[in-house]
Amino acid sequence: MDTVSNAVHYIFLAAAACFVLGLHLMNHPRTARRGNTLSAGAMAVAIGATVWLVADQDRISSTGWLVLVSGGVLGAALGLWAAREVQMTAMPQLVSLFNAVGGGAAALIAVNDLLQAEDAVLLGARVSLPGALDIVIGAVTFSGSLIAAGKLQGVVSGAPVVFPGARLLNVLLPTAFVVGTVWLVLAPDSRTALYGLVAVALLFGVTMVLPIGGADMPVVIALLNAFTGSAVAMAGFVLDETALIIAGMLVSASGGILTKLMADAMNRSIANIVIGGFGTGDTAAPVEDGAPAQVRSVSADDVAIQLAYARKVIFVPGYGLAAAQAQHELGDLAKLLTDHGIDVSYAVHPVAGRMPGHMNVLLAEANVPYTQLKEMDDVNPAFPQADVALVIGANDVTNPIARRPGNAISGMPILDVDKAKSVVVIKRSMGHGYAGIDNELYTDPRTGMFFTDAKRGLAELKTAVGEFVG
Amino acid sequence: MNNLDLLTAITVFVLSVLVGIEVISKVPATLHTPLMSGSNSVHGIVVIGAMLIAAESHTWLGYVLAFVAMAFGAMNVVGGYVVTDRMLEMFKPKPAAPEKKQEV
Repeated sequence: MDTVSNAVHYIFLAAAACFVLGLHLMNHPRTARRGNTLSAGAMAVAIGATVWLVADQDRISSTGWLVLVSGGVLGAALGLWAAREVQMTAMPQLVSLFNAVGGGAAALIAVNDLLQAEDAVLLGARVSLPGALDIVIGAVTFSGSLIAAGKLQGVVSGAPVVFPGARLLNVLLPTAFVVGTVWLVLAPDSRTALYGLVAVALLFGVTMVLPIGGADMPVVIALLNAFTGSAVAMAGFVLDETALIIAGMLVSASGGILTKLMADAMNRSIANIVIGGFGTGDTAAPVEDGAPAQVRSVSADDVAIQLAYARKVIFVPGYGLAAAQAQHELGDLAKLLTDHGIDVSYAVHPVAGRMPGHMNVLLAEANVPYTQLKEMDDVNPAFPQADVALVIGANDVTNPIARRPGNAISGMPILDVDKAKSVVVIKRSMGHGYAGIDNELYTDPRTGMFFTDAKRGLAELKTAVGEFVG
Repeated sequence: MNNLDLLTAITVFVLSVLVGIEVISKVPATLHTPLMSGSNSVHGIVVIGAMLIAAESHTWLGYVLAFVAMAFGAMNVVGGYVVTDRMLEMFKPKPAAPEKKQEV
């Protein structure tokens, strides 16, 4: 190793340390932004160091420079544009898209490495095995994430797409992986093995994600994030770069933890979700409109009186709130109540939204201070003291039936909304949540149902409350 | 470029997972989305790999692959950090209320 290469690798090590510190600073909203800036700075330095290394080694052709710079500029411009323009509700799609390109780039590195090797037969399993794994994981992530992004964006049907033989295919394809990987390790110069493996992996990514329902997306995105990290780490093995191994595995650990947390919050195993669970889509279409006799329907004025005379109010936002883009209306209503001296907080279930922590970002966008955002375990003991719990667009996560065995959501951790002194549910109709079961909360005598669109309902509430406290 | 023996590489691999688990399990659920997009930008380090293969490419196919890998990697890095910053900027301890200036 020459001096420059040595120096560059020390820089990589420092950058890797900064990535860890950056992630560590993410453990509090106050320091998180600084952590991200630190991480970004370290990345910029590492990229600069790589330019130095490449220039110093002087093995790069002028076409190589052109490729490097033009590809980099194009990608950076696209990334910048996407990051600036994206709506906060569309964040899961964007993260999914970044997973796709990250995994795709990692797979391309291995493909290129095997193609460029002057005598690939001599590479040995030290390179060809991580290379094959990189291709498999990277390509699965690439196509899988694109499908996931498509589902979230509504380009691909959000409902689980099941086609004849899908299950069989999902058994056959992993077998093909094993065969292809072994083949490529034994014969790294075989183009058939290389292209075959890429094709099988891309196909598997599609067939893996297509049958998964839109509501399971938080788990899928986290899982694909873990995959991308692993693919990048494998690329690190192929290229002998520890920086890629460290960064890749940090991401993999993060994705893995989030996958587990999400699956736990739904009380389902990861395998169960990937194989395809309830067999239902986003939210089942409303079965019946209007309220059956046993629920109590309330008007905006009724709810406004309750809110205006409450001392403690807990909001329970769900995906319906995000879908209706009503987070700003909720933020305005909360601010009105807070200014009036009412204690307001938000109970956020771990799977509220379409990716881990999504609801918190949407509420933060609506200027809700993070001190009011409460996690499930912290807020549950507070429900008995709450005068009003206002549920907006959340369904299954509030269903008390989950505490009893023998139904689709048994054992799923829920928010103890039914323990509040009174409950108001804003909902368009009596439609079911995605688990497709009745919510006992709605028929509770203390629950009032405010049948309306979330955005309009919250705006009406704000006006009505304004008249009382004005 | 074989300057790394397999054992060292695997050691780094294993320790990185453990560090990752340790650091990330302390992140509160409130910040899970920024965490995810932040860690997303960290795997954008793949762009360094893309630069290295661009340097080693000498065939037409190699250039195409390196170009796509560069574009993917750069998009990942730049977009990831920018969007994470945009999100984290919104997390404030107090409501940003420009119209409410009066002190309590």
